[in-house]
Amino acid sequence: MALLTLSDIRVRYGSVEVLHGINLHVEEGEIVTILGANGAGKSTTLLSISGLVRPFAGEIMFDGTPLLRLPSHEVVGLGIAQSPEGRRVFGTMSVLENLRLGAFCIRDRARSERTLEWIFDLFPRLLERREQLAGTLSGGEQQMLAIGRALMAEPRLLLLDEPSLGLAPLLVRSIFETVRAINRRGVTVLLVEQNARAALKLATRGYVLEVGRVVMADRAENLLADASVREAYLGG
Amino acid sequence: MEQFFQQLLNGLAVGGIYALVALGYTMVYGVLKLINFAHGDLFTIGAYLGLTLLASCNLSGMLPLPVAVLAVFVMVALLAALIGFLLERAAYRPLRNAGRLSAVVSALGASIFFQNAVMLIYGARVYVYPDFLRPDFTVHVFGMAVPGVRLLVIAASVLLMLGLSAFIQRTRTGAAIRAVAIDPGAARLMGINVDRVISLVFLIGPGLGGAAGLMVGIYYGQIDFTMGWSYGLKAFTAAILGGIGNIPGAMLGGLLLGVIEALAAGYIAIAWKDAIAFLVLILILIIRPTGILGERTADKL
Repeated sequence: MALLTLSDIRVRYGSVEVLHGINLHVEEGEIVTILGANGAGKSTTLLSISGLVRPFAGEIMFDGTPLLRLPSHEVVGLGIAQSPEGRRVFGTMSVLENLRLGAFCIRDRARSERTLEWIFDLFPRLLERREQLAGTLSGGEQQMLAIGRALMAEPRLLLLDEPSLGLAPLLVRSIFETVRAINRRGVTVLLVEQNARAALKLATRGYVLEVGRVVMADRAENLLADASVREAYLGG
Repeated sequence: MEQFFQQLLNGLAVGGIYALVALGYTMVYGVLKLINFAHGDLFTIGAYLGLTLLASCNLSGMLPLPVAVLAVFVMVALLAALIGFLLERAAYRPLRNAGRLSAVVSALGASIFFQNAVMLIYGARVYVYPDFLRPDFTVHVFGMAVPGVRLLVIAASVLLMLGLSAFIQRTRTGAAIRAVAIDPGAARLMGINVDRVISLVFLIGPGLGGAAGLMVGIYYGQIDFTMGWSYGLKAFTAAILGGIGNIPGAMLGGLLLGVIEALAAGYIAIAWKDAIAFLVLILILIIRPTGILGERTADKL
């Protein structure tokens, strides 16, 4: 059974329907990517999983538990953490305070300290800057912080929304390598990206969203080779 | 020089009270971006509840006076906190997803409701706090005779503010309150129960405000059902002066406003003290619209 299953998820913002029945699933241990243009509904899909957006129809199952009627703070407790679009770090709090807030659901302090050490291993920059206010970090550092903060919740499933947005190419590569390292530690990853080529090289499978619908679902290497995907998302 | 220090201490006492009330405005604004116009009336309710508890329970007969006053202090804070909690449930939570204006109208309505409820229950006359409550000792500092009650009011408000600061800065729950104030959506992604944080803020703010009402009763000796309006307006000014939404800002703004008022009353004319307090507000808003401590760090995009 899949770790995460979305069946026929429909979302309305006001009277406008933005997701017209999304179906997707993520197996334990996979990296799955969702591709699509701006406004295709990628972020909305991730926000529905975390419970910040409420679908009016469909169901989301996580490891046998239906999520749609759960308040968002309980979703985190089940093992789903998200690094949201635009990073949304707590700017007037220090890096360390941001990371500790990520572990808000974790009662076992000693284990959190070990997770913290792991995150400082992944992102040594965060260790250097741990006392600094998050709002004063560079964009790349804020992205590291947003991912690190999500990992502090010790998730089984990590939702990443556009981690490469606005970053220099070198930094993008390092972030993607880190995502691979996180996955090797046993964290399943659902990755939303506009940087389709990098995402498909990293992922096991991919979904392509167009205006609120899944138009393609395949293994990542097949999508990389697909003519229409190449033309639309990989620059020909 | 003596007049200066006397006015300074007087200003700090009044300012401490403003600060305690201002904290309620600023904390609620922080998490809900709503001005709780009923907050001043919770302060009034604190003053009246204190009077009732002191009069009806005859605590001062059973306990030594300082212990009795302290007990009433705690009870008033708890009762005001409870009323604040119920206020949020009844008047604000149902409107959480409605427009901002609906909540503001609801806040104004709640204010009118509370003010009239107090008037109906207690009557429209001025009430006098029992005399024996007012500590009548005098402390001599550097040759000045300072009324003990003044020092006690300063000490009580400073203690409450230090306690609140420690709670907000050092505890997990305090960090959760700050996180909700910065970005409620991101806070939910951390697994923070935002509704619970909002309820907590509506316990702490009115608790402090109610305690401040009792302090005014003891300090000035008289209360009336419209006092929440004038003190509320001053405390709201103090919150804006310090930077609305900013907790240290509310403390600083309150103390500063109290001191400015007292010095204006002492050196210019007592009739001018309100005008000067609001003049300072206008100047701050022109020079630094975010308030003294508002928006200390710019968020990088």
